[in-house]
Amino acid sequence: MSAVLELRSITKSFGPVRALRGVSIALFPGQIHALLGENGAGKSTLIKVMTGAHQPDSGELLLDGKPSQPLSPVSARAKGIACIYQQPALFPDLSVAENICLALEPHSALSRVRWKNRLQTATSLLRRIGAQFSPETEVRALSMPEQQLVEIARALGSGARVVIMDEPTASLPEQEANRLLEIVRELASQGVAVLYISHRLEEIAAIASHVTVLRDGESIATLPMEGVTHDQLVELMVGRKVAASAPLPAPSTASGPLLELQNLTCTAAGIRNLSLQIRPGEILGLGGLVGAGRTELARVLFGITPADSGSILLENHPVQIRSPRDAIGHGIAYLPEDRRRHGVILPMPVEHNMTMAVQPRLFPWTWIRRNRERSMANQFIESLAVKTSGPEAPVGSLSGGNQQKVALARWLATRPRLLILDEPTQGVDIGAKSEIHSLIRKLASEGLAVLLISSELPELLALSHRVAVLRGGEIVRSFDAPPTPQQVLQAALGYGEKREVA
Amino acid sequence: MKPLSREASLVMVLGVLLAVLGFAAPAFFSPQPLLSRLSMEAPCLVATCGMVAVMLVRQIDISVGSQFALCSVLAGTLASKNLPTSLLVPTVLLAGTVLGGFNGWLVAILRLPSIVVTLATMVILRETVRWHQQGALLNLPADLQWFGLSQSAGQWTLIAAALLLTGILAWALQNLRAGRCLYAVGSDPEAARLAGISPSTTKALTFLLCGLLTAAAALMNLVQSPQVDPKSGTGLELKTVAAAVVGGIAISGGRGRLWGAALGLLLLATISPALTYLHVEAYWEKAVQGAVILLAVILDRKSSATP
Repeated sequence: MSAVLELRSITKSFGPVRALRGVSIALFPGQIHALLGENGAGKSTLIKVMTGAHQPDSGELLLDGKPSQPLSPVSARAKGIACIYQQPALFPDLSVAENICLALEPHSALSRVRWKNRLQTATSLLRRIGAQFSPETEVRALSMPEQQLVEIARALGSGARVVIMDEPTASLPEQEANRLLEIVRELASQGVAVLYISHRLEEIAAIASHVTVLRDGESIATLPMEGVTHDQLVELMVGRKVAASAPLPAPSTASGPLLELQNLTCTAAGIRNLSLQIRPGEILGLGGLVGAGRTELARVLFGITPADSGSILLENHPVQIRSPRDAIGHGIAYLPEDRRRHGVILPMPVEHNMTMAVQPRLFPWTWIRRNRERSMANQFIESLAVKTSGPEAPVGSLSGGNQQKVALARWLATRPRLLILDEPTQGVDIGAKSEIHSLIRKLASEGLAVLLISSELPELLALSHRVAVLRGGEIVRSFDAPPTPQQVLQAALGYGEKREVA
Repeated sequence: MKPLSREASLVMVLGVLLAVLGFAAPAFFSPQPLLSRLSMEAPCLVATCGMVAVMLVRQIDISVGSQFALCSVLAGTLASKNLPTSLLVPTVLLAGTVLGGFNGWLVAILRLPSIVVTLATMVILRETVRWHQQGALLNLPADLQWFGLSQSAGQWTLIAAALLLTGILAWALQNLRAGRCLYAVGSDPEAARLAGISPSTTKALTFLLCGLLTAAAALMNLVQSPQVDPKSGTGLELKTVAAAVVGGIAISGGRGRLWGAALGLLLLATISPALTYLHVEAYWEKAVQGAVILLAVILDRKSSATP
């Protein structure tokens, strides 16, 4: 039996970043094949290569054992490759039947809609996967798992032979997840090749026949699921990572905590009953998978989505943080992830960006003192070694690493006591990265408390004095001494603890 | 070669236009009609300042024409009841501020889209004026005209006042924290919020300022004629938006300078009399203005496409 879809030594780079460095994987009809990997291991890029959204730089792609042209989104769909994302991409105002059939019918803008056929097609597809709702329901009224079923029905209707499922159960409660797994099995039994991506190891063990582990853009191993232990899988995902350099000695425990969170809860952000402490001079690393609640916690602390209950104590005094302005007033600074969108304002000059959060202090009585602004900007340009043609250059003209330094300067200018860094080295080159690392260490040694969020385990472990791992908006484990990558990953995956029965 | 700034290109275009007029129609420059034309545009310049502020925060206020009319009629009614000028002026300015503030509340606090909000208030205010006046003109007391000065002194005063106000606001936009906030909120409201600037407060206050300036514009228009026309201010929103766009204010917010918009207004205001003096048929006036606006938007697109 030949593979429906096979990739051989696929590589893909984005600028200097090598997202895929040689991935080989083969999907067979009727098999459920699991794909495992840490954040940033290259899973999303791989999916995009399979669905034709990205063209690989090199490597071979075989369909039914025959070499194929690189795929485009249209040709991938025509060849029967469908992807079901965690967040279904449906039209909420249209009915289930319309959603299923839109992609299946020949699109000529003026062709008549055959409502009866539509309904019949949708009904039979929904029956095939055992969905309980009527095809005439508006999609808006369906629950998340029901919407995923609509996506699956649509994929089946388009004659999909390969179905890629990207963390379909990540946001589902246990029962719904189990039902979805049944449907995935059903799909496979009908001869569909399924590529199943999930962080839930027990789920993979339950349904997959094979597993491929990705690490740093490479397919490290493909194994039959039988006889593989969780430990082996975690080992494969982490590899033998060496910390970039040894962590600093921890600050003395003599001083009390700068920040203490007690049973912090924010329903909107999905933070549940979270408690932690951080001392001046300490770097506390937050580990966890994407979506585990790390950024959400930062946003609660910075007053973007204020907490519903629980208390925030700064130097043992309870404080209310209801807006970023409150947070800044309390000496909290937050360097957001996705710098290009909200960290800096690209068309604005470097100096305006740097002084943006300290305007009231720098310019009392409202008028802007150019000299003060210029000298502050020059100081930061020098102390952070920002490469720019001058303080009046627009930030958009700088490289990623230097833009990040400008963003950092904006927050250091507020003279914070607590600095929250969210993926501080995302998308910056290696040189700027190590500069930012030594900067973070220096700031901590000067007494700043740092809350560090990083999806890069080596970075997190090299910088942090302590590590807390989040999962589902809760701290599932904290390590007072720097843990091993395996320990962090196990905690992040929820393996090694009892799973609650829903 | 570095592309010219919008202000520099506008100065050049204006220069060429004026030079052509100087040769072809020197009558254009005869002092009294020129002074009249400029003083007629003075209120419009003040209203443009308000529109520029609103556009800088990524919003639009198309109700300025109706605010203008309502303020004019209010002033006329109060004047005919012999309210002293020292009370009349602050009352009208306050009324404008309230109207602008109402728009700002709807847009910033209730988070409604400004184009819909101000479309609604535009119609409501216009209909209020119509219902109140039933189309009748209001006669103004003679002492209100030209602030009791001679006509030419009054005209000079108006022009000087408008320029002074524009100058102060242009300075403020670049040199006050508030001005910096407008640019920050217009460029990226979320980034501004993260930096401790409240986008909703900023937007609300900007609409308020726009209302205040529109009321001032209405007063500056009022003193130039013996009567109040309840239809006054019709089309003011288009004129001010056009001036801003031609002057390089980005409709997407955060970009452009007030002086550019002032030059844009001057260019648009020069085109129509220029056509008359050059014996082009009056029908072409709007078409030429439209072409200038399109050209400005195309230039904007080009300059933002190559950062």
